[in-house]
Amino acid sequence: MKKKLLGVILTAGLLAGVLAGCGQTEAQQTAAETQKDATEAAEAAETEAVEETAEATADEAQEALASAQARSLEDIKADGKLVIGVFSDKNPFGYVDANGDVQGYDVYFAKRLALDLFGSEDSVEFVYVEAASRVEYLKSAKVDIILANFTVTEERSEQVDFALPYMKVALGVVSPESNLITDVEQLKEKTLIVVKGTTAETYFQENYPEIKLLKFDEYQEAYDALLDGRGDAFSTDNTEVLAWALQNEGFAVGIESIGNLDTIAPAVQKGNTELLNWINEEIEGLAEEQFFHKDFEETLKPVYGDSVAADSLVVEGGVVE
Amino acid sequence: MQDLGIQVLFQGRNFIRLWEGLWVTLRIAVIAMGLSVLLGFLLGMLMTIQNRTVRCITRLYLETVRILPQLVLLFLVYFGAAKHLGLNISGEAAAIIVFTFWGTAEMGDLVRGALIATPKHQYESAGGLGMNRWQTYFYVIIPQTIRRLLPPAVNLLTRMIKTTSLVVLIGVVEVVKVGKQIIDASRYQTPTAALWIYGVIFIMYFIVCYPFSRLSLWLEKKYKN
Repeated sequence: MKKKLLGVILTAGLLAGVLAGCGQTEAQQTAAETQKDATEAAEAAETEAVEETAEATADEAQEALASAQARSLEDIKADGKLVIGVFSDKNPFGYVDANGDVQGYDVYFAKRLALDLFGSEDSVEFVYVEAASRVEYLKSAKVDIILANFTVTEERSEQVDFALPYMKVALGVVSPESNLITDVEQLKEKTLIVVKGTTAETYFQENYPEIKLLKFDEYQEAYDALLDGRGDAFSTDNTEVLAWALQNEGFAVGIESIGNLDTIAPAVQKGNTELLNWINEEIEGLAEEQFFHKDFEETLKPVYGDSVAADSLVVEGGVVE
Repeated sequence: MQDLGIQVLFQGRNFIRLWEGLWVTLRIAVIAMGLSVLLGFLLGMLMTIQNRTVRCITRLYLETVRILPQLVLLFLVYFGAAKHLGLNISGEAAAIIVFTFWGTAEMGDLVRGALIATPKHQYESAGGLGMNRWQTYFYVIIPQTIRRLLPPAVNLLTRMIKTTSLVVLIGVVEVVKVGKQIIDASRYQTPTAALWIYGVIFIMYFIVCYPFSRLSLWLEKKYKN
């Protein structure tokens, strides 16, 4: 009986884990990718469902619970290389430049970790991960650390161990400069554009039911609608709207930060405490030299220009004010 | 003209990277196809054996492959094997295993069809000449089925080439992923790059698949005569 129960919990847990892998709070989703990620997540969930229902029979429940053994800090030191999972198509957080080299805010930090551990920025092997499979990469010990714009959520915390955050995101609202929305009160009786499945949709539905929402499936459609004047403003992750407003004259981000503040943190396999502690010490230690501000200057500033203050995105020493 | 999308293609190593991506795609598809042909022949021969157990097992295998999407198989082999069996298989190896697993089933069924379609008197005549079962297959039956099999096998290969775009989910960077990386890296400077890059990838797939399709057509014609 106990074993059977375990099987049921296990199946549900793994399903939730995979679903959590596709949280819509990621910054910098492009239109096509959003759609794709959702499909992938659905497929991945299906995958796990098939896999786990087959395997989570009472007898095998115990075995299926186990994830592959992650490398300890000693193992990594002995190997001489950190294996870090990053995005390869989430400009400017993790992307591949024209020369085939991986760059971005997350990558900058990954290289620093390698530098501090081995004395060389190149002692890191990058694995390109997809949003939907980030949890799996840790569980199957394919990577030591995930540094792929991983938003901390409760569901994910049950699957992986998050270190201290190094970035924060909230929602932003972009609107035409001629009719700039600077306060959420201004939105009442007006139409706000959102993308389905994003945190913006949930947030405004729950907290401001009086605002009329115009929903789209894809980012591109939502931006087109805003350009056409079908809505008065558009809301999604602030990193995304800030970058967009820069590229589109006549639009500005009137509300830079609203809604629940989400944090972004490195993640390791559940129970890999030694590595987790080391990362936390690193993040705390780096606060002294304002490392993440430097990271921001190098990687994010070229994209956001002066429209974004470093302090609205960067978290130093893992302390969120 | 500053932001004409096509210029992205000629920045840095972008164009070469796309070809490298295509090479990964081709490598996986061709290796898997080679293995599938070999194993498929064995499976096809097994499937024609009049033995209940063997038939049941091969049938089960074929149906399993048909029902499970390739993506599920990829996840099972790449992540599942690491988690449950402690086997750390590289993404590309996992892709080849899965595509072979899939290709063998498809190929096996094609071979079975071709074997059954071979007139019974061919088997009987070979038997009459004193050939044993293996000799019958190698000298009489298989040479005849090969010609019949080539068109559908080529068809399977082109399908495999296109299905490799799934392997990005297990971390293998093939041509479509390289395209996405290029589009994303230039999305602030050149937002129109997407159409151009996907257009180029379309042409690249065409360049690779078209010769195979022609080959299949040509073989089909040759077979008719």
